[in-house]
Amino acid sequence: MSSLATDFTSFVRHKDGLAAIDLAVDGIQCAGCMTTIEKGLKSEPGLVSARVNLANKRVTIAWQDGRENPQGVISRLDEMGFKAYPFATEKVESAEAREERRLLRCVGVAAFAAMNVMLFSVSVWSGHETQMPAEMRDLFHWISALIALPTAAYAGRPFYESAMRALRAGAVNMDVPITLGVVLALAMSVFETMNSGEHAYFDGVVMLLFFLLIGRYLDQAMRRRTRDTAGHLAALRSETAVKFIGEHELSEVPISAVAAGDLVLVRPGQRVSVDGVVEAGRSEIDQSLVTGETRHQPVDVGSSVYAGTLNITGALRIRVARASEGTLLDEVETLLARATESRSAYVQLADRAARLYAPVVHVIAAATFLGWMLFGLAWQQALVIAITVLIITCPCALGLAIPAVQVVAAGALFRRGVLLGSGDALERLAAVDSVVFDKTGTLTLPAASIANAASIDPRDLQLAGRLALSSTHPLATVLAKAAKAADPLDGVKERPGLGLDAVHDGEQLRLGSAGHCGGDAGADASIKAMTDTLSEQHPDASFITFRRGDHIVVFAISQALRPDAAEAMAALGGLGLDLSILSGDRPAPVAKAAAALGIRLATADLKPAGKIAAIEALRSEGRRVLMVGDGINDAPALAAANVSMSPASAAHLTQNAADAVFLGDRLGPVVEAIRIARRARRIMVENLWLAVIYNAIAVPIAIAGHATPLVAALAMSGSSIIVTLNALRARA
Amino acid sequence: MDVLIVLMPLALGMGLLGLLAFLWSLRNRQFEDLDGAAWRGIADDD
Repeated sequence: MSSLATDFTSFVRHKDGLAAIDLAVDGIQCAGCMTTIEKGLKSEPGLVSARVNLANKRVTIAWQDGRENPQGVISRLDEMGFKAYPFATEKVESAEAREERRLLRCVGVAAFAAMNVMLFSVSVWSGHETQMPAEMRDLFHWISALIALPTAAYAGRPFYESAMRALRAGAVNMDVPITLGVVLALAMSVFETMNSGEHAYFDGVVMLLFFLLIGRYLDQAMRRRTRDTAGHLAALRSETAVKFIGEHELSEVPISAVAAGDLVLVRPGQRVSVDGVVEAGRSEIDQSLVTGETRHQPVDVGSSVYAGTLNITGALRIRVARASEGTLLDEVETLLARATESRSAYVQLADRAARLYAPVVHVIAAATFLGWMLFGLAWQQALVIAITVLIITCPCALGLAIPAVQVVAAGALFRRGVLLGSGDALERLAAVDSVVFDKTGTLTLPAASIANAASIDPRDLQLAGRLALSSTHPLATVLAKAAKAADPLDGVKERPGLGLDAVHDGEQLRLGSAGHCGGDAGADASIKAMTDTLSEQHPDASFITFRRGDHIVVFAISQALRPDAAEAMAALGGLGLDLSILSGDRPAPVAKAAAALGIRLATADLKPAGKIAAIEALRSEGRRVLMVGDGINDAPALAAANVSMSPASAAHLTQNAADAVFLGDRLGPVVEAIRIARRARRIMVENLWLAVIYNAIAVPIAIAGHATPLVAALAMSGSSIIVTLNALRARA
Repeated sequence: MDVLIVLMPLALGMGLLGLLAFLWSLRNRQFEDLDGAAWRGIADDD
């Protein structure tokens, strides 16, 4: 790393003569770290305050404007053992955080109203027994109305807005019956109060809003937590660009240190972080995020590329036209957008329940009205009973049943180092019955050196390393590091899952699998001879073949199983899952890993298309497949499976195609994820049944015309509390 | 029952005070880090 000074100006906020910056900090684990950091920074001169946020692992520091440079604080944190990175909160803390605060405000208002209306309602209910005078009851109802009407107008807006959006789009969502119920209940209660009636539902309405808002808030809080973590990881890992600081020297620098006119290198599989013009190289660019065009765009020298696009096949040197300031924001928003998209595609449990629910409730209410009319009741009275049915059935418990479980389960997974990329990943994980693993980088971790380095010509190593710089494959990364290569070759083409091609000094260069470098009989024979000898010397190793013209070199890179791989496999087998390995590596190391892990089904020598075919074959047998693999190199296979997980170290979080990523060197989180997902799914279904049982009891009472505001209040709060308590069990 | 004239505004006023306190603490970002707040309570300050 170079010692380039980072420019912090874009991260610093100024207010009242104070400057403040948010730092994303790696390594904050517990309350101990919190006090260590705060005490350690207290002695720092010039600082006005330093406060750790333990929930999202950030430190906010403030200092007298112009007196201090955040660099000092970052170095101080570094000395204490915490890596800190500037974080642009203002940009990221956008609509989501505002929405969360708005919901919390609504919850507070509804809670206040519910408590105070209840004060009067309880008086009325008890007064019913002790013959409270009618005038007194009416007064209490009017005061309740005075509290409930403004509350409903304010705290109910999240539901009204959502219902209006749905109706305008010609659809019905859960918020439509909620809105209808609230409005009708309020209208009826005001009417009752004006006519000195007994049944005012002001308490029921505000309580309903209170419980539903809690569910809405939990939902929002879970998404914000994912967002926070994603943003944090983005700041920690990848807000860097690979910049040329000399003719042939590369340096990884923070994105803020890239300026217009700089030359940067973008490898295949990396997202372009700047707007610029291609100076050298040829590739295809995925612009789907920027333009929505899914076909890859070929680019060549002189083509323009834009921040946010994904470089697919070849390494590019790009002359920066405009350094992207909002890159972090872009990335986080991409992740969010994907999470939201999958939320809308997530028609799973919650929405299926809602789709069933809305028409059934409205039909029952209408039938009740018509039924009582036929029985000869006056239409006003029949209407009152029908509205009562609507109020009683308002989906209080239903609105809490699933978000509450999701929040609890996502929190439990988070503590175990698993981050969910999409909301429905939990449900899809729960349904899994087969797990397919990639080997390299997933079951095994490559060692950081080349096993047969002594027997390789340094010039070959150097050239292969420079070629390998253009790939993000775990073996290529090791090779590039071992060769200490810093100067990538021009015009490198990557054939995903196979290898790299380039032409250098008139010679054809290839790096990758044996098949990629072979092709003619002579080459195939010499590759085979070399790998056979090497297999005897290094039985654990994976091989990467390099071909320069007709000259062939094979690099052996040792592989070690992840520390807890065997236990994790045993645990997965214990959960009744079928395990298999699909690897692009040679049969010998694959068979060895499979034997060590007790996995019977292992296929080696697979190309990406072969992996997809194998997964699709499993799926056509009716299997529900979890694919665990590297987020970039296995992206197509990950997408082919029902649900996918990927180690976070392998790739950038937002570039990751997986539904969930896990942190650390252990495979245990995969087991935990499936276990928790299954439990969560079971609890969600239980909760839905609890809601059904509640309705089965309460609705007949309402149809019979015996529902009073007291019955409604008890039933609604009772069912909501039971559902929430049940959700807490998902923690285990 | 005349006491109600005093009691009702008193009860509502106290509730309203609670609500205002909540909104104030929300505005002061006191709900941003509930995990940290839980630990700060038992951390020994010297």
